[in-house]
Amino acid sequence: MAWYANKGGSPARAKVFYWMVVATFGLLLLRLWHLQVIEGEEFRRLCESNRIRLVKVAPLRGRIFDRKGRILADNRPSFDLFVIPEDVKDKESFAEGLAPLLGMPPEEILGKISQRGRSPFQPVRIKGDLTWEELSRIKIRQMELPGLKVSVVPVRTYLYRGLAAHLLGTVGEITREELSRRRAKGYDIGDYLGKTGLEAAWEDYLRGLKGGRQVEVDALGRELRVLREVEPIPGWDLHLTLDLDLQRKAEELLKGKAGAIVALDPSSGAVLAMASAPSYDPAAFARGIPLEMWKKLNEDPLHPLTNRAIRGLYAPGSVFKIVVAAAALAEGRVDPDERLHCGGLFPLGQKVFRCWKEEGHGWMDLKQAIIQSCDIYFYQLGLRVGPELMASYAEAFGFGRCTGIELPGEKAGFVPSPAWKAKRGERWYDGETVVMAIGQGPFLVTPLQMARMIAAVANGGVLYQPLVATEVIDPEGKGVRSYRPRPMGRLPLSPRVLRRLKEALLGVVEDEKGTGRAAHIPGVSVAGKTGTAQVAKMGQRRLKPSELPYELRDHAWFVAYAPAEAPTIAVAVVVEHGGHGGSAAAPLARELIKEWLSIEGEADET
Amino acid sequence: MRRNGLLALVDWKALTILVALMVMGLVNLWSASEGMGVPFYQRQLLWLAVGGFFGLLVFSIDYRHYEGLAYLLYGLGMGLLVVVLLIGVEVGGAKRWIEMGWLRFQPSEYMKLGLVIGLARYFYRRPRPRGYSLRDLAVPFLMVLGPAALVALEPDLGTALLLFLIFFGVVLFCGIRRRSLLILLAALASSAPLGWSLLKDYQRRRILAFLDPYSDPLGSGYHLIQSKIAVGSGGLWGKGFLGGTQCKLQFLPQYHTDFAFALLGEEWGFVGCAIVLILFLLLILWGLETAFKAKDRFGAVIAVGVTAMIFIHVAVNIGMVLGMLPVVGLPLPFFSYGGSCTVAHVMGVGLLLNVRSRRHLLAPRRT
Repeated sequence: MAWYANKGGSPARAKVFYWMVVATFGLLLLRLWHLQVIEGEEFRRLCESNRIRLVKVAPLRGRIFDRKGRILADNRPSFDLFVIPEDVKDKESFAEGLAPLLGMPPEEILGKISQRGRSPFQPVRIKGDLTWEELSRIKIRQMELPGLKVSVVPVRTYLYRGLAAHLLGTVGEITREELSRRRAKGYDIGDYLGKTGLEAAWEDYLRGLKGGRQVEVDALGRELRVLREVEPIPGWDLHLTLDLDLQRKAEELLKGKAGAIVALDPSSGAVLAMASAPSYDPAAFARGIPLEMWKKLNEDPLHPLTNRAIRGLYAPGSVFKIVVAAAALAEGRVDPDERLHCGGLFPLGQKVFRCWKEEGHGWMDLKQAIIQSCDIYFYQLGLRVGPELMASYAEAFGFGRCTGIELPGEKAGFVPSPAWKAKRGERWYDGETVVMAIGQGPFLVTPLQMARMIAAVANGGVLYQPLVATEVIDPEGKGVRSYRPRPMGRLPLSPRVLRRLKEALLGVVEDEKGTGRAAHIPGVSVAGKTGTAQVAKMGQRRLKPSELPYELRDHAWFVAYAPAEAPTIAVAVVVEHGGHGGSAAAPLARELIKEWLSIEGEADET
Repeated sequence: MRRNGLLALVDWKALTILVALMVMGLVNLWSASEGMGVPFYQRQLLWLAVGGFFGLLVFSIDYRHYEGLAYLLYGLGMGLLVVVLLIGVEVGGAKRWIEMGWLRFQPSEYMKLGLVIGLARYFYRRPRPRGYSLRDLAVPFLMVLGPAALVALEPDLGTALLLFLIFFGVVLFCGIRRRSLLILLAALASSAPLGWSLLKDYQRRRILAFLDPYSDPLGSGYHLIQSKIAVGSGGLWGKGFLGGTQCKLQFLPQYHTDFAFALLGEEWGFVGCAIVLILFLLLILWGLETAFKAKDRFGAVIAVGVTAMIFIHVAVNIGMVLGMLPVVGLPLPFFSYGGSCTVAHVMGVGLLLNVRSRRHLLAPRRT
């Protein structure tokens, strides 16, 4: 006996269930009959003779502005030639007929229209940026070559060709791999997207929303009527902290060199300039860069595609003495008036370490040791502070971790420490301590980290996350997002320690024995520190840069801020294989600071 | 009645319907494979075999043994749903799959069965001859809410909705007091605006596209129109096997999964579709009959739950393909390509056969 009937379940309720199911299926069958038999003819017509297609319309990409509202990146119209493979009857003769009009080999055209794995209705871009001659030739022959379509599409253009190329980044056609990861976000084959730099970091804001038309086309692929249309929505505009004039100056200063310049506003961490040399022209990427050109850029031993400001890794050299001095003062390991002797040589264990000044500096106090960048003073200071404290102060000054700038691919650098060596089962030697104290060895920092460090010293101890954007504005002019300075930490220094440090840094440029004299600007107090990152191992004698082949010459560092009493700019300059920081990097910092002060002066007048 | 082997227990009529549906689904996927250049039907065959194995396993153990395991199975399903949110593989913006080596499966498909068995045990242990009140239903409601919420987070709104509908079907079957039913329906209606606000943008667009297919010509509205064109162009007799130009030309991106029925409609016409619909109808009516004839309430609720699962899948999927319902991501059992869905549905039929065949055996311990 079934439970349902047994327990008095009503047959009427059972019937309700059966009828509900039967009725539902009845409805489905009725609908089928309606679609397939009654309206079948109409649908068959839509399906076969005419077709409904979706034509996507690319949006305008958001523009990029500098801090004064000058446009850096915009869109320009381009006449692009597309082919809808489905409408091409005989692909080979089509390619033969089209090739002479464009001056392309027919095989290339054939290859593009016979790609597998994509819808034959999706237009394939054959050539972008048609010239007027090409355009008119195509217009004349268009009727003989059904399937061709010329569309005006927006293309990325950079108004100051090549300016801030690394920072702005590049835009390019989406790859298969990117597509598979991003399909859910509405990307399709043939779309453009930001590949590097700000274009990639702000892609979601800059890209805009695609529009589209549902069109009915005839057998030759010509649009008969538009059934429905949705306008594309332009991307959002990005406003940067960058100053166009300062950026241009920074790039001029690096012309013919390899290296980087980063300028920050010390009061906010805002990036005023970020230059990396050698550079490239990002506009070449916007239209799909020719293979041989890309190869050349990619295989260039000077790596023009790398943004050295955030990805270049160098030993900090003597610039690190700022951190060692700060640690020694803050931890009470040295009396600032205490004098240590430099005789040019410093024996330690079996080895002898040298000062960069062969004859030695004589008796030095802390301030003079910084001003004259005495190595032997800092060897002794390093031994007093110890490697653990040096490493932890290095981290407190922002080394060894990413600054958090909103750009893809930033490098964290590396701070050596006894803990790191212990992890590899190795001992830490005193020899490594003294090498670390003058910023050499396996120590690696980026120019951006250096700029942020000196900016923190300049502003009284606040370590900011470097800021590149001020705000994002939608097409109606409404602010969507705005970015405020973000303090990431404080230097662990008392105001007194900081003041001593700043006095010494001012002396580096202003004292007549200072290593940074070359950064001196009459009428302005500049504070800074030189550095030289060794490329070749320290030898018996320090060779002059001119005595070495280019690739073995040291990298030159200079970090600075000005005006010393109320800093408005903090700069880090690195010149690869430039030799001494004082002679190769300091003059660049001087010129940049001068430019900045004159820009500020102009702003004050208006 | 004497027990003389598993073979004597099998309901051959239902098994024939099942095999017929499997074969038709496979033939349809073969055509889809030809169009896409990917041999889906080969893997689908593998899934059918795996499903057959587990279906047989599920069938051969007397269903009353499942009662003791019910909450364990339910808990296992819940655990997997949590795992999928933590370490699941994301495809197209939804985290629905767990990957272990070459094996990839979708816990939400198996949770449907886990839920049915869990509900069956609950209602079996708490008979209410005069119908269930809202208070009685609080616990089973939470039993649905849990997995539905987890599934909705993936996000897979279609399956979350399906779990609620299964619950609703089971409650109607077990009997609910009239007043409670009215309150429940009123609550459902008033919570609709809240639900709307919780939907993701693409989900809202799908519903709007259904209400006005031309409102979203770029996305789901386009699919709906193309789906209707594909089915409609099939006419009375269809364009024949491998003759579906509309789908083949990739107007519909999912014609091997959610829109498989559109391909069937184009190639086999009204006649082919009607045959498939009638086979599904027979299977579902047989499932209902199984429920009403079950020996005990445990078996009855299992049968009605599984039947509801199949019915809702079929009705919602075909309703969507024919443009009668919004684009909800529910596959058509045996026709849509997909491992977990296929295996779970064959196992479901295995459960139905189990309940059906043991309706004359032994007296139940409890009613």
